[in-house]
Amino acid sequence: MQGSVTVRQRARFSLGKELGAFSGLLILCVILTLSSPYFLSVTNIMNVLRQSSLIAIVAAGMTFVIITGGIDLSVGSVLSLASCLAAGMMINLGWNIWVSVFIGLAIGGLMGFINGLLITQIPLPPFIATLGMMGVARGLAFVYTGGAPIYSFHEHFRFLGNGMVGPVPFPVILMAVVYFVAHILLTKTKVGRFSYAIGGNEEAAVLSGIPIARYKGIVYTVTGFLSAMAGMVLAARLDAATSVAGDGFELDVIAAVVIGGTSLSGGEGKVIGSLIGALIMGVVRNGLNLLLVSSHWQRVILGLIILAAVAMDVLRKNRSK
Amino acid sequence: MAEGELVLRMQGITKRFPGVLALDAVDFELQKGEVHAILGENGAGKSTLIKILSGAYTLDEGQIWLHGEPIYILNPKHALELGISVIYQDFNLVPTLTVGENIFLGREPMALANLIDRKRTTSACRTVLAELNINLDPEMRVDELGVAMQQMVEVAKALSMDAEIIIMDEPTAALGENEITELFSTIRRLKEKGVSIIYISHRLQELPAIADRVTILRDGRKIATHRMEEVELNSLIPLMVGRTLSEQFPKIPASIGSEVLRVEGLNWKDRLVDISFSLYQGEVLGFAGLVGSGRTELMRCLFGAQEYDRGKIYLGKIPVRIRSPQDAVRLGVGFITEDRKKQGLFLGLSVAENITVTDIGQVMNGIFIDHQQEKAVGTGYVESLRIKTPTIEHLVRYLSGGNQQKVALAKWLFAEARILIFDEPTRGIDVGAKVEVYNLINQLAQNGVGIIMVSSELPEIIGMSDRILVMNRGRLTGEFLREEATQAKIMECATKE
Repeated sequence: MQGSVTVRQRARFSLGKELGAFSGLLILCVILTLSSPYFLSVTNIMNVLRQSSLIAIVAAGMTFVIITGGIDLSVGSVLSLASCLAAGMMINLGWNIWVSVFIGLAIGGLMGFINGLLITQIPLPPFIATLGMMGVARGLAFVYTGGAPIYSFHEHFRFLGNGMVGPVPFPVILMAVVYFVAHILLTKTKVGRFSYAIGGNEEAAVLSGIPIARYKGIVYTVTGFLSAMAGMVLAARLDAATSVAGDGFELDVIAAVVIGGTSLSGGEGKVIGSLIGALIMGVVRNGLNLLLVSSHWQRVILGLIILAAVAMDVLRKNRSK
Repeated sequence: MAEGELVLRMQGITKRFPGVLALDAVDFELQKGEVHAILGENGAGKSTLIKILSGAYTLDEGQIWLHGEPIYILNPKHALELGISVIYQDFNLVPTLTVGENIFLGREPMALANLIDRKRTTSACRTVLAELNINLDPEMRVDELGVAMQQMVEVAKALSMDAEIIIMDEPTAALGENEITELFSTIRRLKEKGVSIIYISHRLQELPAIADRVTILRDGRKIATHRMEEVELNSLIPLMVGRTLSEQFPKIPASIGSEVLRVEGLNWKDRLVDISFSLYQGEVLGFAGLVGSGRTELMRCLFGAQEYDRGKIYLGKIPVRIRSPQDAVRLGVGFITEDRKKQGLFLGLSVAENITVTDIGQVMNGIFIDHQQEKAVGTGYVESLRIKTPTIEHLVRYLSGGNQQKVALAKWLFAEARILIFDEPTRGIDVGAKVEVYNLINQLAQNGVGIIMVSSELPEIIGMSDRILVMNRGRLTGEFLREEATQAKIMECATKE
């Protein structure tokens, strides 16, 4: 009894729970280093980091949402809508790049804010509210673009996706900044503390005088904002904004968070875990490509990894009970 | 009743939980057609004993015989197959299903092709209900029924499973007087059918009307078994309690100061009708009443967790409108909920984090939480309230009930509440921890906090309150000073039509 208590104790205050995901990541890297000569090269590692960055950036926000006991299915659609609108401003309207990017990010935040309103004011279950928003945002992206991509951006904008700072791709730097801020937010501010409180026991949170509507609103808004940010990076990287961008993206993001040890029932989790989760998915995709595994099988394998990660977490929890 | 056939015999039943000896070599017997009451305080071991019989716990030592055959109860399903049914306080019914569907849940009469035979469900249900002389439509949904009727559905369900032994856990806790009479006549019909009943209660007064024998448990041990007609009720109390009243309720009267709260003409639908009262500094104001009498709704109104239609609330003579718990916290009203795990605590947060959550601004440095200061605050309360925890970072989940209760209290001390509402402050904690909670209540009152204590435990209400208000069907129906209150007077106000 006492022993299990101390194990669980460490879990929240150090890297206990994330340790599982982290050692999984290390083992994967070792295996891939041994089986492919290309894996452990600076170019390839940077490549993996860049490929993981989109999922990781949004997963940072999704971690907050899931810790509050919610879910956001609209991230992929918001990503697409925000990037299409920003692209439209740049290309069709000829607006200044940074003004367009700023408005695009604001639109993402607004969509998230609306999610928050639907969830706290009506109130709708997060699954339903964001499922609806997923359809609405995706639909609006199609309506706006007519289904045709908007492309050939200015090189300043393309820097967001392709730029390098020394050997490090710009999206990776963006990812690092996002995670630094998210980690501080989660561990040192009211937003983080109240997210744990709301997800851990919503009724107690209400009765402790925590303004839950405000803090739920904040986490969905932030997630919408980060989705739009990922949208900008993706459009810049592909040199095209499309209404089909980020299709199915929400599931990758949720998978990264869950692999990282955040419980879908809320109240626990860490952003670092989600970063590791996103990297695991990136490394597996990259490794399977290097090993010439077909993309069809890759889907199967990624699905199995999600099941294994969560199953291990559940088993570990049951053991410590 | 003559020496009847022995249905159940339990001998030397022992059950240990980490750090607690919940049952210590308890013996118990049950005859055919007998109502055998088990009497004891919270924590005496009543519920552990019935959980062993129902298969929810396995025993550590001891032996159970059913009709002279040794049995080993494996799980709840096995207990049901052996003919042992339990009717818990919070019923095991599916609210959205009908009476008939509930009674035959998992044993639905089947028609051709494995489809559920609705007609047969209904007719079989009618038969069972008729046997018990219960007038109830099998097609009604359970959530349309009152508490008393839901209990009848449970009884019918047990009977339909050919239960020989029905265990009733505090069956009268939520019932009014007429409903109790109904229940007792149903129990007598069950006896006539040869069903034996284990009747768990801590309400002494009702036992002579229904029980044949009574066994008293205290601190996990069997103290005595008596035939009901051979025993004086008053002689049972010391057996049950094992300590004097003043040891149990160490009330220290505090000096009563100025008014901290006044409620005038509060109304909400027909659930709260013209509620008016005052609370003073240093006063412990007890709220008695049956479940559903409106006490909970009233407290939720005071705390802003629920709307009210009209009425005025004054805090320290200033009219306020409390629209949300945030308002209440800001105005210095704290709410210590009945169900700590569900409503009061964050089990996944640490002791320190639970304490600071109500007023986290105090430990913030700009937008950042100052973890050092937070720990210092937590450590201060751990010491002053003697909260037993290995470290301040320990998750609240792993504390005992009494220590959890202290954490729930500490967070309101930290928020500097001037009015504290305790909802069932000692439910589910053991006797020693209760006394500590009472001492804390004394201490708070002496510090000038106004305290409202909602409790269903009449001895607690009488033992700890300076003044007692009784609620009944949404109205205040009685007010007593500590000296003049008796259980009988309070119950009369709580139950009169």
